[in-house]
Amino acid sequence: MSTVLPILLEEVVFRPGGRRVIDGLSARIKTPGITALIGPNGAGKSVTLRIIDGLLVPDGGTIRFGDRPPSLVRRAFVFQRPALVRASVAANVALGLSSMRLSSSARRERVRNALERVGLADRADDPARKLSGGEQQRLALARAWVSEPELLLLDEPTANLDPGATEAIERLVAAIAEAGVKVILVSHNLGQVARLSEDVLVVERGRVVEHGPARQVLQTPRSTEARSYIKGELPWTLFAAAS
Amino acid sequence: MLQAFGDAIALLQALDRDVLAIAALSVRVSLLAVTFACLVGLPLGALVAVTAFPGRQAAIAVLNALMGLPAVVVGLVVYLLLSRSGPLGAWGLLFTPTAMVMAQTVLVTPLIAALTRQIVEDADRELGEQLRSLRLGLWRRATTLLYDARFSLVVAILAAFGRAISEVGAVLVVGGNIAGHTRTMTTAISLETQKGDLPLALALGLVLIGIVIAINALASGLRLYAMRAYG
Repeated sequence: MSTVLPILLEEVVFRPGGRRVIDGLSARIKTPGITALIGPNGAGKSVTLRIIDGLLVPDGGTIRFGDRPPSLVRRAFVFQRPALVRASVAANVALGLSSMRLSSSARRERVRNALERVGLADRADDPARKLSGGEQQRLALARAWVSEPELLLLDEPTANLDPGATEAIERLVAAIAEAGVKVILVSHNLGQVARLSEDVLVVERGRVVEHGPARQVLQTPRSTEARSYIKGELPWTLFAAAS
Repeated sequence: MLQAFGDAIALLQALDRDVLAIAALSVRVSLLAVTFACLVGLPLGALVAVTAFPGRQAAIAVLNALMGLPAVVVGLVVYLLLSRSGPLGAWGLLFTPTAMVMAQTVLVTPLIAALTRQIVEDADRELGEQLRSLRLGLWRRATTLLYDARFSLVVAILAAFGRAISEVGAVLVVGGNIAGHTRTMTTAISLETQKGDLPLALALGLVLIGIVIAINALASGLRLYAMRAYG
């Protein structure tokens, strides 16, 4: 079981310019494997992920990872659009090791292993930005994985990918989770959420409105917000039903 | 005028020693100045791009304003520093190529720093969040972004070289336009035009234009290559 658990978010508030993007969000994530964050656009999922990573500093509330201070938790982030440096595939993966003190041979070895795990070993010397979208996202996963994170944060990693590339990413994410890494995934793809995640948090207007096992949340959501999001109900259909 | 142009071509075809010496000094001085300016301007621009500090916007405004420094004013300031009664007068550098390098370095450092700041800031918009999530320190982030933007930066450096080699005010004031010692293409063109030696002025002008065109061609070619090779 991952040592970062339980992940506790207590009354987290984030209000840039006075606008409440995260409004007293609380959650206790204790399940190993993959936790999904779902909810409509603008609900605060990606911001929550960035707060967990430390990229954004909340205006209030606390975040705890087991009994360890956040600074000691190895975290990695994969964005919706992979941000790659104009350099080789291998050089981009090596960036994931920048904060570690390693000999150059150990560094090369770890980069090679990471590329093998994502099936890009034969592209090591190619320019990273010349890869296809799916390959670029696999490269981003390799860069995250090479740093041996305890917590991997994924922000809609397959949003721009075709079904084949999506399937490849899903297999990798499942493998990373099986290796003992705690994964938090933001996704609008409910099929993907059902396939991958152990538990699901539904976020709405900067708060968690429902949290439970994936099967239960996706099949029999309790809250109105979760029900309408999962059923894909649009405002005008809700309005029509009410009238 | 056609006669002068014909004589200028003849000078170039004969590889006139004076023309070559003047052109070589100009290129050497400007290359050195741009090299020193890069050593200061690249890291300075990158750090301003990735660092948040009080007064940052004011610093950027000053940096941008300094891009338009009048060459002759830079020459005057460096002259005052290097003149016998100035703080660096003991070095005895006035009216030497070294003084010209110093003046051109002062002239193009803000240009390189300001362009670097803009280019690196654009790169940071694209990569910054990822680099911060990789826990890279400030310096490592700055150098990574410099590396990522290297092809755009080469264009900025070549633009700085273009500015250095084509300016006349600074090198004239601190170099003195001494024949065989501190005479550059621009100062020689100015002098020879006044003297009425139009063929030599035109020949030097053609060399200068050729260098500027070659720089621009190099910059365009490099960008094209980079786009194709690295995306």
